[in-house]
Amino acid sequence: MSTTTQERYSKSDELERSRSRPRTIIGTLLTILAFILLGIALLPLFLVIIYVIIRGASRFDLNLFTEIPPAALQEGGGIASAIVGTIILVAIASVISIPIGVLAAVYLSEFSSGRIARWIRFATNVLSGVPSIIIGIFAYGVVVLSTGTFSAVAGGFALAILMLPVVVRTTDESLQIVPQEVRWASVGVGASDFHTVLLIVLPAALPAILTGTTLAVARAAGETAPLIFTALFTRYWPSGLFQPIPSLSVLVYNYAAVPYENQQELAWAASLILVLLILLTSIISRWATGKSTY
Amino acid sequence: MTAALGDSQADNAKRSSTEKNLDNSFIWLTRIFAIGVAGVLIWIAVQVGIQSRRAIQEFGWSFWTNSAWNPVEQQYGVLPMIYGTIVSSLIALLIAFPIGVACAIVLSENFLPLSVRRTLIFMVELLAAIPSVVYGLWGIYVLIPFLKPIGSWLHDNFGWIPLFATPYAGPGMLPAGLILSIMILPILTAIARDSLASLPSDLRTGSYAVGSTRWQTIFSVLIPAAFSGIVGGTMLALGRALGETMAVTLVIGNSNELQLSVLAPANTIASLLANQFAEAKGLQEDSLMYAGLILFAITLVVNILAEAIVQKVKKY
Repeated sequence: MSTTTQERYSKSDELERSRSRPRTIIGTLLTILAFILLGIALLPLFLVIIYVIIRGASRFDLNLFTEIPPAALQEGGGIASAIVGTIILVAIASVISIPIGVLAAVYLSEFSSGRIARWIRFATNVLSGVPSIIIGIFAYGVVVLSTGTFSAVAGGFALAILMLPVVVRTTDESLQIVPQEVRWASVGVGASDFHTVLLIVLPAALPAILTGTTLAVARAAGETAPLIFTALFTRYWPSGLFQPIPSLSVLVYNYAAVPYENQQELAWAASLILVLLILLTSIISRWATGKSTY
Repeated sequence: MTAALGDSQADNAKRSSTEKNLDNSFIWLTRIFAIGVAGVLIWIAVQVGIQSRRAIQEFGWSFWTNSAWNPVEQQYGVLPMIYGTIVSSLIALLIAFPIGVACAIVLSENFLPLSVRRTLIFMVELLAAIPSVVYGLWGIYVLIPFLKPIGSWLHDNFGWIPLFATPYAGPGMLPAGLILSIMILPILTAIARDSLASLPSDLRTGSYAVGSTRWQTIFSVLIPAAFSGIVGGTMLALGRALGETMAVTLVIGNSNELQLSVLAPANTIASLLANQFAEAKGLQEDSLMYAGLILFAITLVVNILAEAIVQKVKKY
């Protein structure tokens, strides 16, 4: 027994990792394979961004931002009405979802008992997994059928439902990383719950809430499925909250598969705007959260 | 965390009644909104259920097994769309699972310095941020032409397999599955990475101590330990794939005929809705609602199971 051990240690190279042993080679091959798969995973990101820039940039001029979309065989035109429409839709969605979402998150993180909070968080997560097209049907039933018309309000309502779980989750997470001492200090000097939450805890979490909400808004701007049968589409300038309204994402969908090159080019240009919006907000929010104190 | 604020109510004998009322009504307001957010889920279920009641009465269970979708003859069935929904999602999972797990391993192990990994994690997350309709546009003009030689080769050499029995038609199940795999990859990677990264470090050091290599450790210790998290992430990804609409509807070809071949045009429930809902009237609209209810029910079951698994994993 002892001799074999001796023999083993006498071969000094046994302690070094031999490059030619099968397990080393297999390990190296698996490492290479894993990195290749990571490369394959990221490839579409670059391909999509590059294609959208190449195809969309050709129409990136002043007309794009000042003119309305052209009819089928018309030349020129822009996507100005769709940009305004998207802003209106997202504004309606934010006005509905942000106050409700933030207050709901305040309850979850500040006032609730563990069990109720767990159930509500669970339901919120499931809600964020509901397909966006189902949210569209729901908004159609709730708003379009009861008001009798496709409208900006219906589209905004659909986007609000979509944003709601995201706002709740980001606010909930932001509030939870506010140190407990901040709350104790506030309560300790005699502040009420109402004051503590509104003047101390929420302001402390505000940067994180803002970045999370901005991301939610940017994502909502790119949503199409909930809009195609709630907000519908028109080429013209938005004419009222209870009228159909154009949006960038539905414009991309409608013009993607048409045989007219002019409209296809505008679809790419609208995609470029949506992709830039997403990239900018994501990068800025990453930069901002990386720097925040809490 | 919650106790501190709750207890403060106990010793507020000296507080004015307005302040107490303000506090109480504020807490009640937040409580109502929080319960309301959860209630939205029930509201959606009830609303979509009510909207589809006429079609349920008309067709009942035969709606699930009928493969005709014919607005002219008022014949409606969603078998081809259920098939398309499931098969396109399975293709997506088949591609995204190995890639997603590989990404999760690279991004949770210390192959690369942390700062590089953070950037890569951010880039994988960006994949999920690109709007679905943009993927669809890209799919039509880039992916479908790119897949043409591959699809033709599959048909020429493996045409005897029913899956490749038809010539490459352009729009169809294969490009739809591929696009879906790109879109579900981030959520699969994120959950798998979380569950790998949250494993106690004793597991890793223990395995190294008995002489395992890094990859032996990954395969025989780390992945089995993180298995339920990886399954949960995969199911969440499946839920997303089943309900994904815009990218799919632009590249799947929207054919309501049931075909086994993945090279042929097909349809999913979500893209059926996207295509027909805005113009539908009467029984067709009711049938679309019913189709929507089926999709909602399927994704709800998948998502509830997935969330239950993921939450359980997070406890450790």
